[in-house]
Amino acid sequence: MTNGSASLVRFQDAAASAEPEIRSFMGNEAIARGAWEAGVKVGTAYPGTPSTEILESLGTYPAEDVDAQWSTNEKVSLDVAIGASFGGVRAMCAMKHVGLNVASDSLMSQSYIGVNGGLVLIVCDDPGMHSSQNEQDSRVFGQFAMVPVLEPSDAQEAKDFTKLAFALSERFDTPVIVRSTTRLSHCRSPVVLGEREQFSTKGFKDIPSKHVALPSNARIRHPIVLEREQKLKEYMNASSLVRWEPGSKEFGIITLSTCYTYVREVIPQASILKLGASYPLAEDVVRRFCDSVERVLVAEELEPVIEKELRAMGIEIEGKKYFPRVGELSPEILREGLHTAGIINELPKTTDFNVETVARPPVLCAGCSHAGTYMALRTIDARVMGDIGCYTLGAIEPLKAMDACVSMGASIGMAVGMAKANATDKPIVATIGDSTFMHAGIPPLIDAVYNNANITVLLLDNHTVAMTGGQDHAGTGRTLRGEETHRIDFEQIIRAIGVKWIKTVDSYDVGSLFRTYREAIQYDGVAVVISDRPCALDPVKIKGTPFQVRSDGCTACQMCMNLACPAISWSNELFDGHHKVKIDQTTCIGCSMCAQVCPSDCIQLNEAGAT
Amino acid sequence: MSTSTSAAVKREARLDTAVAEPTNVLIVGVGGQGVITVSKILAQLCLQNKLKVKQSEIHGMAKRGGAVFSHVRFGSEVYSPTIPLGQADILLALEWAEGLRWLSYLNPDSGTFISDTQMIIPPFSCRDRERGATSNYVHRTLDQVKQHVPNAFAVDATGMATELGNPRTANTVLLGMLSTALDFTVEDWQAIIAQSVPPKTLQVNQKAFVLGREWIQSDKHIAAREHVEEATPPAAPMVDNVVVDLEITEAWCKGCDICVKMCPERCLVLNSNEIVELTDPDACTGCRLCEWLCPDFAIAVHVQKIETTVAEHR
Ligand SMILES: Cc1ncc(C[n+]2csc(CCOP(=O)(O)OP(=O)(O)O)c2C)c(N)n1
Ligand code: SF4
Ligand code: SF4
Repeated sequence: MTNGSASLVRFQDAAASAEPEIRSFMGNEAIARGAWEAGVKVGTAYPGTPSTEILESLGTYPAEDVDAQWSTNEKVSLDVAIGASFGGVRAMCAMKHVGLNVASDSLMSQSYIGVNGGLVLIVCDDPGMHSSQNEQDSRVFGQFAMVPVLEPSDAQEAKDFTKLAFALSERFDTPVIVRSTTRLSHCRSPVVLGEREQFSTKGFKDIPSKHVALPSNARIRHPIVLEREQKLKEYMNASSLVRWEPGSKEFGIITLSTCYTYVREVIPQASILKLGASYPLAEDVVRRFCDSVERVLVAEELEPVIEKELRAMGIEIEGKKYFPRVGELSPEILREGLHTAGIINELPKTTDFNVETVARPPVLCAGCSHAGTYMALRTIDARVMGDIGCYTLGAIEPLKAMDACVSMGASIGMAVGMAKANATDKPIVATIGDSTFMHAGIPPLIDAVYNNANITVLLLDNHTVAMTGGQDHAGTGRTLRGEETHRIDFEQIIRAIGVKWIKTVDSYDVGSLFRTYREAIQYDGVAVVISDRPCALDPVKIKGTPFQVRSDGCTACQMCMNLACPAISWSNELFDGHHKVKIDQTTCIGCSMCAQVCPSDCIQLNEAGAT
Repeated sequence: MSTSTSAAVKREARLDTAVAEPTNVLIVGVGGQGVITVSKILAQLCLQNKLKVKQSEIHGMAKRGGAVFSHVRFGSEVYSPTIPLGQADILLALEWAEGLRWLSYLNPDSGTFISDTQMIIPPFSCRDRERGATSNYVHRTLDQVKQHVPNAFAVDATGMATELGNPRTANTVLLGMLSTALDFTVEDWQAIIAQSVPPKTLQVNQKAFVLGREWIQSDKHIAAREHVEEATPPAAPMVDNVVVDLEITEAWCKGCDICVKMCPERCLVLNSNEIVELTDPDACTGCRLCEWLCPDFAIAVHVQKIETTVAEHR
């Protein structure tokens, strides 16, 4: 069985002896590698930063070895993995933290049922919300569902722990969560490659009393889950997942995940107890560790998960008193906390250079097919319930045509609620991307028709999951491995649901967008407009003849800048004190939307600039 | 592995805590410039030299023109994937303002700052439509930087690469400069560059590398320093401060909606009588667009000058 704890040492041994291959892997690639080495047969995911590369990477392994697929949403992806596990093979599904909310319904019951082939969930948290709507701590889900949560600290451990997770899953008859964070998923470090384990299918096991989640069965299973927790605790007590690094007698730190690396960086002289799993806790070891040093701190990111457990065990420890519950931990934040705690005397010197440079917030791409949509939408002065994707940027200036955004697929349901609240004279509009529509937008559209809501739904079909880097989905007609497959026809689905008013418009035709939106909001009932145009970046990077501004005609009204196109900025010329505009010729992709809205008609094709 | 509780936890001997501190290189720039590619090349070079290396980046929003940064740490042992504040040995910036943004990460005593003087002003900072508005792009000269970090170099790498005939080799020029601050051999660098660039561009990339390397080793950077000062945008223009008054002749307005749709500030609406109304006088910049577009001359924009002042860089 893999021993994750000694990863660094193993690295050196390996380099010295037979020289197995060492590669620099992103945490996500290492997880995929670990799953492949463990003989995984089925891998599924719905994309979500920072987890997306796990399945992309798994899809680079031979198709005979592993079936890697994009699923419609996280719950479907977990259900597919569960089915594969029932079928007797090792299965994995990967998701970002909020994806687990979607998949949790199945997880909760599957915890009672257990597994046949190993079942591993990879859950990637995003402390600091680099690209997420919240920073929930998924470890709490592990406790809630009573499934083990392994927490690797670097790419080598990410591979080793993933492999181990499959073995633990089968040995203890439980799904296992491997929890990553952005900092691990997107950090590259060396990984020693291993061979693929030949895992032959166990075949389906016909045990209805275990596999069918009926109250009568579940009542029997629940106590078994509690016993399992106990066995897992015993396992953890003896497992090399837990590593005790003796140091100072005065001061000890209990830590795990990438937090361990910060601890080693900042206070290597401390006694360190590195936990490989946040649930269940290696209680005996933790007690002995705490007894062996005078003062113990817990260094963990986000919620005080371990701290609370230890308190419940009656152990005196400190933690969140000194370290924040929000955001990412870092060496400097850890150092500051330890300084406040009186453990570190001095803070290192830093440069006394503090200037506001310039803000560079994320923006829509040049020629983004969402830009015209929101520009047009703003003029109809509607209440807009938004959704999650690149188009959420339509909420900020200068597009600023989104009033609320909560979670994937929520827009249509919220619009129905808004309409039922009957609290506004404004038309009520929901905007939703193609992938988000498929993820969780279809049930609320059914709800809208069923409950006869007066709303307009704009389906922004840019033929890809753009936000997460351009993955395929059921509406693109291609699979994760790029093979052709049936392409879901949105219009047919929407019609079948019972929507009577449907129109498809070209997202680059700004005039049609204005007109069609106006018509749609006039319609009494559910109206759907499909704004159709591929994303400028994926699957194909679009680059057409660029447009340029005829400077003598520009009246500096800056109307075109309302499109939020990053190719358009100020030129050095002024008109009546206002800046005229210019178009960056390498950035412009030639979508023509700015030319369409220019009241002075001075934005024109630059044939000479065609590439 | 055993499940027995009696088995004692393996207490590992402390790894040698006296291992040399890792070398920390922070590479920063703007999405699309190649920050990640440059750091991957460096990381690969370290790996081939049998060093431990960690490279950490946040790239979720990179493609959308946002700030991109990548921490590369290497040595006989590396723990934290991120460089602690004030401990970067080298800050390599592909863009000027990004270099300044991360300056506090540089070791104040021994850090080396190498930055391209290229200035990418985000369109986002050109959103103020008032007369004489300025972008809030930071203006600092190399001399100001030098007051905080002794080893600072600013260079027009993009210009140098353009002169070589391929502006896309700017990053290789910067790698040449970076190479002077690290211990790898020139042969190793050339080999890794050969592995990383398209074969067709190998020759020009090798030249670009040598150019960058020699630039730091010679005293050419003195001349280039003047270049940064030049590259600092000119002083703010004189602006007329004005009051704007919108005169709407209601009787002539037929509610066609053209001005409402076209007002860049969106401060016009049609009221319940289908007549245009100014809803947000403070937002109106007096651009006159509505005046020009109204087919019925229903809007007149009166702009009255109060005084002329120098616009302030914000
Ligand atoms: C539950 C959940 N899963 C995944 C994500 C990650 N995510 C953010 S936006 C998005 C999809 C966006 O695709 P689409 O709706 O097609 O809009 P686009 O970005 O293409 O404009 C995903 C998968 C998330 N935020 N929440
Ligand atoms: S990636 Fe595609 S959808 Fe996202 S902002 Fe760019 S063009 Fe628009
Ligand atoms: S045509 Fe205009 S709006 Fe379209 S990408 Fe070029 S500058 Fe931007």
